[in-house]
Amino acid sequence: MATLTSLAQHYNYVITIFLMMTGLYIVVARANMVKKLVGLSIFQTSVYLLYIEPGKIIGGTAPIINPAFSLYSNPLPHVLILTAIVVGVATLALGLALVVRINEAYGTVEEEEIFERDRAA
Amino acid sequence: MSAVWPHLPALQVVLPLIGAFLAGFLRRGRTAFALALVVSWIMPFISAAMLRQVLASGPISYHLGGWEPPWGIEYRVDVLNAFVLVLVSAIGAVMVPFARRSVAFEVQDWRQAWFYCMYLLCLAGLLGIAITGDAFNAFVFLEISSLSTYVLIALGPDRRALLAAFQYLIMGTIGATFYVIGIGLLYLLTGTLNMVDMADRLPQAWPSQAQTVVAALAFVTVGVSLKLALFPLHVWLPNAYAYAPSWVTAFLSATATKVAIYLLIRFYFSVFGVAIDVNALPISEIIIALSLAAMFIASAIAVFETNVKRMLAYSSVAQIGYITLGIGLANQAGLTGGLVHIVNHALMKAALFLALGAIFLRAGTVTLDGLAGIGRRMPLTMAAFTIAGFGLVGTPGTAGFVSKWYLAVGALDKGWWVLVFLIVASSLITLIYVGRVLEVAYLREPAPEIAQADDPPLTMLLPLLALAAAIVYFGFETQWTAGIASTAAKVLVEGLR
Repeated sequence: MATLTSLAQHYNYVITIFLMMTGLYIVVARANMVKKLVGLSIFQTSVYLLYIEPGKIIGGTAPIINPAFSLYSNPLPHVLILTAIVVGVATLALGLALVVRINEAYGTVEEEEIFERDRAA
Repeated sequence: MSAVWPHLPALQVVLPLIGAFLAGFLRRGRTAFALALVVSWIMPFISAAMLRQVLASGPISYHLGGWEPPWGIEYRVDVLNAFVLVLVSAIGAVMVPFARRSVAFEVQDWRQAWFYCMYLLCLAGLLGIAITGDAFNAFVFLEISSLSTYVLIALGPDRRALLAAFQYLIMGTIGATFYVIGIGLLYLLTGTLNMVDMADRLPQAWPSQAQTVVAALAFVTVGVSLKLALFPLHVWLPNAYAYAPSWVTAFLSATATKVAIYLLIRFYFSVFGVAIDVNALPISEIIIALSLAAMFIASAIAVFETNVKRMLAYSSVAQIGYITLGIGLANQAGLTGGLVHIVNHALMKAALFLALGAIFLRAGTVTLDGLAGIGRRMPLTMAAFTIAGFGLVGTPGTAGFVSKWYLAVGALDKGWWVLVFLIVASSLITLIYVGRVLEVAYLREPAPEIAQADDPPLTMLLPLLALAAAIVYFGFETQWTAGIASTAAKVLVEGLR
């Protein structure tokens, strides 16, 4: 029961880890390259949540120096994740570009069929 | 000059970055190559100047944008990463002249300028990982180098290069994401991203939050190990190396995996090693077991491989095993052996893959049968290949012997004489696959297809012979390799808690 309460109180982390595992599972289990990239994106996105959640403090304001406020949220994770999002977008774009080229070269984006065509060639 | 001097650490990364930007605008392959050549030749002078300064007066701390660490990003150069910076930049400089003819042969005309753009970007990323003292900054550079690497691999002449690049992209991104998860956990524990500061604050979380620390350690280890191709996380490597353009294979095998190994050493010895009681965890045992598996299994696969480029790719996995073995031993001699092998293996694999690039240019094939009698047609190329091959085996008189010697001494210091026996035994397997290539190249009759083949032009031959000469030179004169590696290892091992 204590574990359950703890899980419920940290439901945001439960969601993060669920997304993480979902993404990783899709990457491993799917042979379609576009779906693999979708899984990879979900996996990366879950990490954005992992960083941003702890930075938010309930009732905390933006970190502006003002005597009226004493509770601040940490802005650094947002900045880090902004960078990580750019990296994620670049990775996805490059991955999709590769899939387009693979489709031109092989006529399919299914891994099994590609291996078969390589064996036949 | 004096105005530039304090900014050397920034220039080391910024110059290739600007070079990449400019190369993207140059449409002509020849001009982009000239730019890449100039930038690559400036790099070793910068890194050598920093190494000199570090050896004379201790670590350099460069505050990017004038922000004080730990708030701002710090470029921190000590003996270890100055050593790695010199290696990467010098290998790049020596190899670039080779690229012109080889790339013109293997990559379409309109893509050549982009090729050099991607090479410079990759160089900037690799040097960035090696120089930065900020864990998250290292991730950004890791991705800069990885993304450009995927493009470089995909430029290979065979369509399977695309598939290899895609598979590497998937594995590499999972690796980088694991690394970020690890860094995220460390940030949650310590509230800092600066590696030195992290090492200072981590003891507060140990052992009260040991679980999180161990999870962070595991994520960082797996993430970085994917990039450095530690067995069994190496599956992306053979295809990527086999189908990438010849020059790219040589460059990656000499630099990319080495920089990833540096990152692992940095985290083990400078962050976790000084902060927590790593001996309480079975890290050393796991690393040694995986290294031995790499040394034997990957070598055994290499013996049966018929595509020589793939054979040497598997050999790379095995040789990385020697380096990680040095990390696992974690004593003065063992770590020195690992660090020296970073340099020696970089020289040997660069020479071997460049020789294959030259053979591909002249003979159009790199299969074992296609190499029949090539030693008589391309004597100088194969002479360089032979020297590097013997270096790989660890023959006395070559650089490979020096690193294996230190590893064996490291094993004996621990009293593990079985390990010494295993190092020798795995070297014998190396002898088998190197011997197979040499037997085919020298003892068989040349096929009629390669009747016209001869040694490549001077721009390709000189880098190759320079690397071969370095392998012999560093087999006798160890002051610059083992000497500096030993200084770096001393600092790292003494820092361990």
